[in-house]
Amino acid sequence: MTSAPDTQTLERMLYYLKLTREAETRIEQVLYRQGKIVGGVYVGRGQEAIGVGSAIQLLDGDVVLPSHRDFSSFLIRGFSLREIFCNWMARSNGPTRGRDNTLHIGNLKLGVIPIISHLGDTCPVACGVGVVLKQRKNGNVALVHFGEGTTSRGDVHEAMNMAAVMKLPVVFICNNNAYAYSTPTDKQYAVKDLAVRGAAYGMPGVKVDGNDVMAVHSTVEKAIRRARSGSGPGFIECKTFRMTGHSAHDAAEYVPEKLFAQWKKKDPIARLEKVLLAGKILDRKQIDHLDGEIRKQVDDAVAYAEASPFPKGADAREGVYCDDECWWRSAPRSE
Amino acid sequence: MNKSMPQLTYLEAIRQGIWEEMERDTSVFLLGEDIGSYGGAFKVTSGMLEKFGEDRVIDTPISESAIVGAAVGAALMGMRPVAEMQFMDFVSCGLDQIVNMAAKIHYRWGAAVPIVVRGPSGAGVHGGPFHSQSNEMWFVHVPGLKVVAPATAYDAKGLIKASIRDNNPVIFYEHKYLYRRTREEVPDEDFIVPLGKAAVRRKGTDIAVITYGAMVWTALEAAELLAGEGISLEVVDLRTLLPYDEQCILASARKCSKVILLHEDTRVGGLGGELAAVIAEKAFEDLDGPIVRVTAPDTPVPFSPPLEEYFLPNVQKIADAARQLAAY
Repeated sequence: MTSAPDTQTLERMLYYLKLTREAETRIEQVLYRQGKIVGGVYVGRGQEAIGVGSAIQLLDGDVVLPSHRDFSSFLIRGFSLREIFCNWMARSNGPTRGRDNTLHIGNLKLGVIPIISHLGDTCPVACGVGVVLKQRKNGNVALVHFGEGTTSRGDVHEAMNMAAVMKLPVVFICNNNAYAYSTPTDKQYAVKDLAVRGAAYGMPGVKVDGNDVMAVHSTVEKAIRRARSGSGPGFIECKTFRMTGHSAHDAAEYVPEKLFAQWKKKDPIARLEKVLLAGKILDRKQIDHLDGEIRKQVDDAVAYAEASPFPKGADAREGVYCDDECWWRSAPRSE
Repeated sequence: MNKSMPQLTYLEAIRQGIWEEMERDTSVFLLGEDIGSYGGAFKVTSGMLEKFGEDRVIDTPISESAIVGAAVGAALMGMRPVAEMQFMDFVSCGLDQIVNMAAKIHYRWGAAVPIVVRGPSGAGVHGGPFHSQSNEMWFVHVPGLKVVAPATAYDAKGLIKASIRDNNPVIFYEHKYLYRRTREEVPDEDFIVPLGKAAVRRKGTDIAVITYGAMVWTALEAAELLAGEGISLEVVDLRTLLPYDEQCILASARKCSKVILLHEDTRVGGLGGELAAVIAEKAFEDLDGPIVRVTAPDTPVPFSPPLEEYFLPNVQKIADAARQLAAY
């Protein structure tokens, strides 16, 4: 039994979907091309509903371990747009102070543990979080996101098995976006739906339309409720599509054009807009106003990040160890 | 001296150290394979399940990566997990979580990862290629980790306690040959041996032998033998391999003017090469002879007793190297 999201939640979900789309578009199609963002650029265009529909229902004390395509999870848990852009732009006042890029940003107070580039490594980490949450008996849960390519890694297997054996409150969410870099699903796994793997580990495994934010919301809600009650982990396969290359430098010529066209029709933002308009929860004018507000917020964050200083080179040596005079407790320095 | 000071083996000293830390701090807990009712393959955690319960002594599936990864996750939640590798050879299966996840988190975003990954390493018990390795250098090359390798029962207790209290990921190498072969009086009370500090085990004047783990005892035997020939060895026990005690190493090198770097690990890329470089860079003008390494050859650790005996450094090999070096 699940309850449909209330109108306030629906509006919040639309806001985060749109904010994520606008912010990532700015990152990938403007700042990267201008040379203002260096290094790798990975976005989740087309699959924003997964992060939004899941993170929106987390409570204080819950922990999320998002994938690199879950920008919205960071916003929903309380990272500011400004600090996120500072990190993308390698500034000293970003959450990593220029030490790591993209969305490799963590904050334990916000309950966010970031990926490393060895995708799948956060699955065992989520188990450790789950061990502690279970013992604290506050009904908190951990959500961990990863792609379908990552499911081929041993860490995912070890973690799903461990979570099931120990009945940990961990929800494993596979953002199945059909391509792992250039590798399509038929070269990644030999089952039709990854969801069947849940049963093999002894946990419920379900698939859901990952481009339908309300469906994601209700499916994740069930798994979260089960985990909160002490019944153990769940596995959710969200079927979606990566509407970009693997990264900004990848033109994705290996993806048949017709797939992009098919999935464009399933765009999660357009779908939720339609629901809100049909239900007379918002009208077109209000949506246009929201779009304008979001552009302003992103403009502000970009301007703030551009005006922020780069880190001081010699600080590269600091903070390797956590010691009594922990460097992270001092203010960030800049050139 | 404490009149009730009991004799403990190296293994019992580690157990006592972990036990005391678990009594002292409820955030300390254990996870690993067969560590609960079985008490661990070498019985280091024997009795702990009964004493501390299954929330704090967690038997896991055979999943070294998930063991280390879960330790990291729990540490981020404020705990101090101690993860056992049944043999340190198997740490290779958890390597990624140690070097990419645990070691870099503090540097990347400022969160402490106070975990200990501990287990038996080393040869001398005919364990063959997969139960005998000294793979500590895999971790000495990783900024953000600490690597510890005690040689004595006293240090084993003091160092495991310091490692558990440390706010960084510590890889703790217990030498399985020493588990039940070395024992000494160990205070039945709270003490630590600080990380990063070496100890001079025997004072000498002619050659500094810088070593760690089980080889400390071999070096001490060689020193005894050579004393009868008029060659005075100083024996330095590094205790912590990363960060190593540069001050102590350089002081012994300068004092003796001749240095042997001794380890059971293989030669190329062993700690000896690193320490030779430091000594050459910083104490060159104090040296009266070449910096010499006595190490295992660059092979896997062989099984058959004659092969393993050939593989391991021993008193004879140290004595031969020392006699040649003394002639300079």
